[in-house]
Amino acid sequence: MDWTALNISLQLAAWASALLLPIGLLLGRWLAATPMRGRGFVEAAVALPLVLPPTVLGFYLLVLFSDDNPAGWLWRTLTGSGLNFSFSGIVIASVIFNLPFAVQPIQRAFESIPPYVREAAWCSGLSHWRTFWRIELPLIWPGVISAMILTFIHTLGEFGVILMVGGAIDGETRTIAIAIYDRMQAFDESAAATMSLTLLIASFAAIGIVYSLTGRKPLHVR
Amino acid sequence: MSADWLFLQLHQNAPIPLSLQISVRAGELLALVGPSGSGKTTVLRSIAGLYRPQYGTIHCRDDVWLDTRAAIDHPPQQRRAGLVFQNYALFPHLTVRDNLTVAMDQGTAAAQRTEALRLLETVHLKGLEDRYPHELSGGQQQRVAVARALARQPRVLLLDEPFSAVDQMTRKRLQNELARLRRRIEVPIILVTHDLNEASALADRICVLHNGRALQTDHADSLFRRPRSPQVARLLGHNNVFNGRLLTVNGQPRLRWGDQQLELATSPPLPTGSDVDWFIPDSDILLHRRGRPSLGERENPVTGRVTECVPLGAQTEITMRCQGGAQPLRLQISTHAARRNDIRIGADIRVSLLAEGIHVMNPVDYRADQSLNFSA
Repeated sequence: MDWTALNISLQLAAWASALLLPIGLLLGRWLAATPMRGRGFVEAAVALPLVLPPTVLGFYLLVLFSDDNPAGWLWRTLTGSGLNFSFSGIVIASVIFNLPFAVQPIQRAFESIPPYVREAAWCSGLSHWRTFWRIELPLIWPGVISAMILTFIHTLGEFGVILMVGGAIDGETRTIAIAIYDRMQAFDESAAATMSLTLLIASFAAIGIVYSLTGRKPLHVR
Repeated sequence: MSADWLFLQLHQNAPIPLSLQISVRAGELLALVGPSGSGKTTVLRSIAGLYRPQYGTIHCRDDVWLDTRAAIDHPPQQRRAGLVFQNYALFPHLTVRDNLTVAMDQGTAAAQRTEALRLLETVHLKGLEDRYPHELSGGQQQRVAVARALARQPRVLLLDEPFSAVDQMTRKRLQNELARLRRRIEVPIILVTHDLNEASALADRICVLHNGRALQTDHADSLFRRPRSPQVARLLGHNNVFNGRLLTVNGQPRLRWGDQQLELATSPPLPTGSDVDWFIPDSDILLHRRGRPSLGERENPVTGRVTECVPLGAQTEITMRCQGGAQPLRLQISTHAARRNDIRIGADIRVSLLAEGIHVMNPVDYRADQSLNFSA
């Protein structure tokens, strides 16, 4: 077991999930409240990582992060270090790559709140902010938890985009998925097997939790 | 401001046509009736601030809630309108008590809980405060919705078809409860319904809406006896609307209908020779008993032949073709009277149209409605 790689993976997954929580809430709520016509492009862009080959996304991020590019240059000017082949770089890549996993469950959860429940809250004198806290959030939390678990577990298993953007720098960007690949290349099958089994069990447990969350219906909305 | 507590005036052509002016006094219950799509719910949503009409003003006591010309449009949170939604729209994750306290913005948490219990007692839900909405029956959910609307200390109470989602038995009980409850409510109440019986049983005044236009606002009795236009009469389910011409015979007003000349109780404010629409309520058509004299039988007697005879429980609906080419007349009589008088299709019968009941409509009142309807 490559503990350093597992540690990197867990940290990466935690960062990606934490950053995607507010992004998912904002984007998911906006998409749920916007009519189909106005949201088409954004919705497609959010879903793109589901079908885009990770290496393609990795390629464009490498270009974007390079010092020749304004974005990469700005990051270096502000922080003093580049994004390519760094932990920060793979965090940003993970956030983009996991957008659909975080946004879609939250969007579906918001969409399942009937519009009249929100209107009833306004007519009861609740501000938009109080409506969100007291009414919407308690109704969507299973969707939010699902989004976070999916993001977390999907980040643990990322390979292509991390390898492209981060390389496999030990202690910086070498995640557990890349470590499994490296061990196999080195004919260390037992180490690869241990790490693979760890990921398999974690993934299975995560999917189980997500399914039981989306399946439960204690809050009957008339 | 005037004695009117709530005043509203709404106008727009699209997407939903609206053209109406309504005022409701404190403690008064106004029913908005009309077929589906007539704009009843849109009017309610406009008052609550959930819908913004193109042009309009809404005043509640001294507050201006909406004035499109002055660009005033208060959000629902600032309007203090208690709205009971058609499907109640309770908050599914909150207990009955919390559904109420969440709508309160004054007092300590303890005071709010006490107030919630007091309101639940008013709507006969004492003891259910810790239940969740899905653990309640439809009737109980409706009561929670009413209590929540009151919890806000509203300046106007709006009820959107509040009895449509429950069964017949519960409906009757809830209607009685509302009739009792409204005496303790000091703000204007607007009830949206498509049920005329419900409207006439509960409301002080009824406003008939069609295509977003308020055709007539009146007390139930005036509305049923003196509909302003043929359209109002038909919307209220009346069929006996006819054409006639005003005459003067020996200085007395008469109405020519086919070959008949009908007496009128009062002289309509229209010139002799005018072509008019007129209406007679069911209650003022008297069937003559066979072989025996009936009260008032000399008043406007009309003879005809029964062309349809449909028993509907205790009442039987009869259509008769009148002699002299007048339009067919429909009347309701009790089924046992129909049996006793041997009324069946093809039978010849005689009725009296009581002069007191004949209502000659004034075309000036509704030609404008029609011309506007055509342009819309």
